[in-house]
Amino acid sequence: MSEASTHRIIADGAIVADGWTLMALPQVEEAVRKQAGKVVLFRLTGEQTHTPEQLAALQVPAGRVLVPLAVWRLQKDALAARVAAGEIGICVDTHEMVEDLVESCADINAFPVIAVRFERFADGRGYSIATLLRTRYGFRGQLRAVGDVLRDQLFLMKRCGFNAFDVRADRDIEVALAGLRDFTEPYQGAVDEPQPVWRRHARG
Amino acid sequence: MYRYDSYDQRLVDERVAQFRDQTQRYLAGELSEDEFRPLRLQNGLYIQRHAPMLRVAIPYGHLSAPQMRMLAHVARKYDRGYGHFSTRQNIQYNWPTLESIPDILADLATVEMHAIQTSGNCIRNITTDQFAGVAPDEVIDPRPLAEIIRQWSTFHPEFALLPRKFKIAVSGSLQDRAVVQMHDIGLEFFRDDAGRIAARVWAGGGLGRTPILGTMIREHLEWQHLLTYCEAILRVYNRHGRRDNAYKARIKILLKALGAEEFSRQVEAEWVHLKDNPNTITQAEFDRVAAFFEPPAYRTLPAHDAGFDTALASDPGFAAWVRRCVHGHRQPGYRAVTLSLKSNDIAPGDATDAQMDAVAELSERYSFGEIRVSHEQNLILADVELGQLHALWQAAREHGLATPNIGLLTDIICCPGGDFCSLANAKSIPIAQAIQQTFDDLDYLHDIGELELNISGCMNACGHHHVGHIGILGVDKDGSEWYQITIGGKQGSDASLGTVIGPSFAADEVPGVITRLIEVYVRDRHADERFIDTVRRLGVAPFKEHVYGKRADKEAAGV
Ligand code: SF4
Repeated sequence: MSEASTHRIIADGAIVADGWTLMALPQVEEAVRKQAGKVVLFRLTGEQTHTPEQLAALQVPAGRVLVPLAVWRLQKDALAARVAAGEIGICVDTHEMVEDLVESCADINAFPVIAVRFERFADGRGYSIATLLRTRYGFRGQLRAVGDVLRDQLFLMKRCGFNAFDVRADRDIEVALAGLRDFTEPYQGAVDEPQPVWRRHARG
Repeated sequence: MYRYDSYDQRLVDERVAQFRDQTQRYLAGELSEDEFRPLRLQNGLYIQRHAPMLRVAIPYGHLSAPQMRMLAHVARKYDRGYGHFSTRQNIQYNWPTLESIPDILADLATVEMHAIQTSGNCIRNITTDQFAGVAPDEVIDPRPLAEIIRQWSTFHPEFALLPRKFKIAVSGSLQDRAVVQMHDIGLEFFRDDAGRIAARVWAGGGLGRTPILGTMIREHLEWQHLLTYCEAILRVYNRHGRRDNAYKARIKILLKALGAEEFSRQVEAEWVHLKDNPNTITQAEFDRVAAFFEPPAYRTLPAHDAGFDTALASDPGFAAWVRRCVHGHRQPGYRAVTLSLKSNDIAPGDATDAQMDAVAELSERYSFGEIRVSHEQNLILADVELGQLHALWQAAREHGLATPNIGLLTDIICCPGGDFCSLANAKSIPIAQAIQQTFDDLDYLHDIGELELNISGCMNACGHHHVGHIGILGVDKDGSEWYQITIGGKQGSDASLGTVIGPSFAADEVPGVITRLIEVYVRDRHADERFIDTVRRLGVAPFKEHVYGKRADKEAAGV
């Protein structure tokens, strides 16, 4: 059996085998940046990490692949047939602009999966990216959280429209699953339930 | 005041269970320090110098008597018998153990209280005017909308991990007592020409390292759209606020970098998509919440009370207290009362468990069983009959809650500082106490008149030093504690930020410096001029000269 088929994720509330490969970008040598004496943990919104030459030279592996947005934007013509075959998904980093994804394709629903990669779980930009993909850009496919994905953020992620979770490899996925049920009746409308509690129920 | 229904209660109960589980996983080593930090912070839990510090939410500063008794119970059972009311209208406990926090939260949940989002990079407790609902100059009671915003912001999934903390204040009076311009979002309610409730929206205010007053980004927003408009602001901020430097991560830095015009344009562009979405507030929901804030069952009273007039004329101690601690009220025959937490023998804003129990009791006897916390760190009984003020004063005095110093120099706003806070550069409580002892002559204090003195132990400005008429900031010089002094700051509708008078001082010099600042004021003031007005008229120069001139003389004389 290939490695991909033994990899498990949470999708639509259940633990399932996953058939997608997350294409990683090559490690870049980066000097440790400091601001006000502290190591910079987050990339700036819109920051580029690789040169166009580096990205254009990368080989997208065979099979069903989640392609980093930056690679997709440079290689989309070459990947057109594979998109039509339904074997290309996109992976957006939290510091990338969701608008760049939308502008780079004719139909966002041509991708069966869009992943948002959290380099750090504390990076809340991923929540706005997910919300925009669902509400503004009408993405109906699988919206997957990858990277530093932990039990204690799952409920929030679900509310922002994520329906798949690639839980960090060193954590128990069964335990994480329970995180989807931390609260029963949230106050505000969000992606998974657009109606606030006072429109869902007669209160008082 | 607002009471929970089954939905509110369930969310808070589920939060207790969630946090109990998170704490257990942390103690069992299943959650790393870094992973636990945002979780505990969003439950108000800091790791402090001596022990964890727990900050409990008091939404827009409102408490019932049973809630106050619960705060006393927590102080007694889990802490060392006292709590600290903060400038955010919350209460902080400095000595609980980490293991006991889930139990404290469970106890609090039984009286509809929690510690949700009292810290961390999320939307914090909504604050407002301590006299909301009773102030004579109130146009709109801001509390129903504050409660609606509180619910919307609680566990908001998109805005749980912002670049930095996010504070919202609301106000609905002519005189702004909620300092809306000092907040990430400030909402100033008014009635528009058509008689509808609308808000002026301020954004990007804040103190801290880079103090900036907010900018008005929208002059008119109808109340139905408050939540969706806040969503638009927060989304722009969440996506574009800086995350590379904690000191530049507040929305004020983004607003400044983009320019107010471009920032507003982005917010408006975002709002086009959000306007009229289901979070748009309905009249029915507004009415449901507003019903909780209907005035209490006031008696019909004359505007005057003979007993009160007699006591005022015959009892100078009572008269002094009335002058400082009793405030106007929109209902004839009623007054609002401030119970001072600024006596000489306790840190500013601190109250013992016995005092908290006493305040609960007094509120039931004299003020419909409700209490408020002011951002000046005092407690308020908002609905007291004129004829009962004397009895209340006597009872409050027995518990050390009747110091007649509200608005005077010794009504010091002060953060916990170096005694408790691990971020501090310097202690702040001993400085406050030294100043209070220097100015313990009540007649002199009253002669000096209105003066706000604010102390912060570091740049984070929890003690709001920038907007103190006199501000004191703890700074670190080569590992020792120094204090920088500003004058000319002010909160309110004509807010301003203070100016540094010069090089900083050692702790034991501070009371003397304050004395010299006051000397200049007393020497140069015009009749009826407050300290702040004199500073505004004369500028910093004469104050500076008197303070440093003296110091230079002393040094020259080798003292
Ligand atoms: S101002 Fe600084 S020292 Fe004071 S409480 Fe805030 S962080 Fe701590």
